[in-house]
Amino acid sequence: MARPLDADGRPLDPEVLALPAVTSPPAAAVGPASGAGITRWWRRFARNKGAVFGLAVFVAVVAMAVFAGALAPYDPLAQGVGAPLQTPSLAHWAGTDSFGRDMLSRIIYGARIALVVGILAVLLALVVGVTLGLVAGYYGGVVDAVIMRVMDGLFAFPIIILAIAMMAVVGFGVKNLIIAVAVGFIAPFARVTRGDVLAVKEEPYIEAARLVGVGSLAIIFRHVLPNVLAPIIVQGALRVSGAIITEAGLSFLGLGPPPPTPVWGSMIAEGRNFIVMASHVSTLPGVALMVTIVGLNLLGDGLRDTLDPRMRQ
Amino acid sequence: MLRFILSRVGQTIAVLFTVSVIIFALMRMIPGDPVLMMLGDDFTQDAYQRLRAQLGFDRSIVTQYLIWIGNILAGDFGDSYLNHERVSRLVFDAFLPTLSLVVASVIVGILIAVPSGLIAAMRKDSAWDYGSMGFAIVVYSMPSFWKGIILIWIGSVYLGWFPAMGYVHPWTDFWPAMWRLALPALTLGTFFSGLVARIIRSSLLEVLDQDYIKAARAKGVRQAALVYKHALSNALIPVVTVIGLQFGALLGGAVLTETVFSIPGMGRLTVSAILNRDYTVVQGTILVGVFAVVGVNLLVDLTYSFLNPKIRVT
Amino acid sequence: MRADIEPVGGGAGAPWRSPAGGDPSGDLGEPVLDVRDLTVQFSSEDGPLRAVDGVNLTVRRGEIVGLVGESGAGKSLTAEAILRLIRCPPGRITGEVWFHGQNLQALPESALARIRGKDIAMIFQNPGASLNPVFRVGDQVLEAMALHLPEPRRALRERVVDILGRVGIPSARMRAEDYPHQFSGGMAQRVMIGMGISCVPSLLIADEPSTALDVTIQAQVLALIRRLARELGVAVLLVSHDLGIISQMCHRVLVMYAGKIVEEASVATVFAAPAHPYTRGLIDCLPRLEGTGPLAAIAGTMPGLRAVPPGCRFHPRCPVAEPRCAEEEPEPRRLGPDQAAACHLLGP
Repeated sequence: MARPLDADGRPLDPEVLALPAVTSPPAAAVGPASGAGITRWWRRFARNKGAVFGLAVFVAVVAMAVFAGALAPYDPLAQGVGAPLQTPSLAHWAGTDSFGRDMLSRIIYGARIALVVGILAVLLALVVGVTLGLVAGYYGGVVDAVIMRVMDGLFAFPIIILAIAMMAVVGFGVKNLIIAVAVGFIAPFARVTRGDVLAVKEEPYIEAARLVGVGSLAIIFRHVLPNVLAPIIVQGALRVSGAIITEAGLSFLGLGPPPPTPVWGSMIAEGRNFIVMASHVSTLPGVALMVTIVGLNLLGDGLRDTLDPRMRQ
Repeated sequence: MLRFILSRVGQTIAVLFTVSVIIFALMRMIPGDPVLMMLGDDFTQDAYQRLRAQLGFDRSIVTQYLIWIGNILAGDFGDSYLNHERVSRLVFDAFLPTLSLVVASVIVGILIAVPSGLIAAMRKDSAWDYGSMGFAIVVYSMPSFWKGIILIWIGSVYLGWFPAMGYVHPWTDFWPAMWRLALPALTLGTFFSGLVARIIRSSLLEVLDQDYIKAARAKGVRQAALVYKHALSNALIPVVTVIGLQFGALLGGAVLTETVFSIPGMGRLTVSAILNRDYTVVQGTILVGVFAVVGVNLLVDLTYSFLNPKIRVT
Repeated sequence: MRADIEPVGGGAGAPWRSPAGGDPSGDLGEPVLDVRDLTVQFSSEDGPLRAVDGVNLTVRRGEIVGLVGESGAGKSLTAEAILRLIRCPPGRITGEVWFHGQNLQALPESALARIRGKDIAMIFQNPGASLNPVFRVGDQVLEAMALHLPEPRRALRERVVDILGRVGIPSARMRAEDYPHQFSGGMAQRVMIGMGISCVPSLLIADEPSTALDVTIQAQVLALIRRLARELGVAVLLVSHDLGIISQMCHRVLVMYAGKIVEEASVATVFAAPAHPYTRGLIDCLPRLEGTGPLAAIAGTMPGLRAVPPGCRFHPRCPVAEPRCAEEEPEPRRLGPDQAAACHLLGP
């Protein structure tokens, strides 16, 4: 019943608890996936039905976003293609909104913003967070203390509140939305990376590299980084769903891309006024959002379970 | 134990300091001249210079911070740009509804999560297990604002049982308050339960595997006592920690839920303030919100250290 | 006591049941525990796996019977199966466990719970882990008694202190208020023993009671168990992988391999004249004070549950195996008043 504490005795974020401490030498942890390795990994992964479903959902959403032009029956911005607030029918599978726009097309195009913001925000957070974690973990001392204190501070903010605060500073727009959402995820990446770096730092091959005279930066990027990368990628995958939910929340509040851009969050907000007579305007984009999130969560769980052999179910 | 308490309190103060610096920095980074915005329509050169000096804008950034934090600690959060009301008043008025919502949600969440996680663990790998955990994943993944809208549609429009919006303080008028809190608490509470149920399940499974459970059974303890007395008392302890860690997420969810259900809480205040560029209010709500999260985390850690004999004794 | 427990030379498992064995002075009492054909199976994708296969053993009043074997031989499972502490499913226990005129395997869970801790007590390998970390030690010992004895709790509290004192815990009254993490391994094991005997059981099952302890503490704990058998007449089933402990403690020993009993004898006989090749191998492995040759070892490792060899389970590692050993499983053969072994080379 040991309290999970990190190296400084601070309680660990539950996501962090899910990660393995990296203790195996480089060959085992990294290594380019050989043909046999991939098929074996895939078979393990495929046993988890939820994860496979998640993968399917992910592929479907990506397809929706990429091929939106081909898939959408109407122009998502075109008003009046149908009578306003029509419930789902043969002509409009998802009905129409208050401006007479086809809901299905808007939902399909909505996948674009969701994925773009979600993935880019996580990537940005990953790059910044991992760098900070690498530096903090490797150099230790004052640098470590300062960086981790700032991370602790960031960690205390609920993600959406931090995002709202960031939007006050940087303003609106898709680019700023990405930055705002990313800020909330920097701290978890930094913490996790730092933890793994601390473990890897003690490995003999790091000391060997140092003795031979390899410079610090080279050590960090060529030796330390590849060995902490695997759990970080898993973390990244897990966080995309969180980023998408945050973006949807911000859009719902009116802080997202301005109308008439089709964004699931704002579509749900628009539909609120018509909940009584035309509930589909709110419900259907929400279904799309929910399925995406559930799928991504299941996919993330599945990835984590297969990439970390020590994870108990 | 005393050493643990002191170190945790020390950590908390450090985090609060960092948080205040972050908020201060964010506020200063907002484009525009805050003094100008604060004066609004009452602008005169004179007033401008005076306010500027009073807030320390003509001095170093460190001094500005010290003045700022000094005011904060004295309870002066400044005035709203919009209507020049005391921000502290606005935030306090908004704090109570949010508090009611969060407390109600935690209660609902625990009421759902504990039996759910328990059954899932006791009947591992059965339909109960998959069903429970499946339900947990779904409610955890549902965006809270959408879930709120769906619940309004079901509970208010379709069934007509609950009001769709509005808020009453529970201490003013209990039953009407409960009626209005029902749907929002369900919205936020199910999100909370989705997470907690999974943790209870895995915690319980781990505990049931322990030697002391086997030894207790060998002593003659019956199944019911084994689970409810011996296992649960160990399994629930890490759950306390999780509650604390998730409090931040809960507060974030409250922001959205309040908007959906028109509850006059901190979430709604923050959002409307940001849309109106009323930055002193934004600063006030974020400060209070984050301080609350940090405070709850501290409380939770202290509770944990009290519950865990390995820390409480020696 | 049941009359049919005395062997008359016939019937299944008869060669194993010999109350006359290992008791030259005749001061051991009636059989307390009589296990017949105990089998523990686990279902798996490859079919049912038998971790314990047809085990027979008896323990008499005041007797210490050892169950010895390598890790994974099934000793702990046998011990746990007696009290049905194994989760079924996925496990499945068959066979009979006769105790005080009742077949424990046929009892419903509630009746068995009344016997556990009261008439049969069990202590485990890791004493620190056997105590619930969130309850005070005194309360846990109290629970053991309160579950079975009619006296009011206040009276039982006094007994708790008394018991802790008797198993050698200093400042017992104060220590009873402490938590398990404040006890060392040796002290914790004493607490477990105290808990075990608190209701004066007829049988104590000790599963590797001293393995996790320092050598000096080991000696104290074992001495405590020996006193229980001698002074209180408690029957003891001692599970261990350590032949040295077996030789110090037990009257009789059963050697277990891959789920089956391969030899049973009095301790004197087993060390002087081991019959089964596996037993001989085990004893040869013990380092001796005289001589400086290399340490002996038994080649190979014990097969896992899924890889049980046909015929005699030991034959792949047996230095004197014959072709027959790979085909037929040997039946136990009686070799004397106090010895029996299952090996083809011991006779017809």
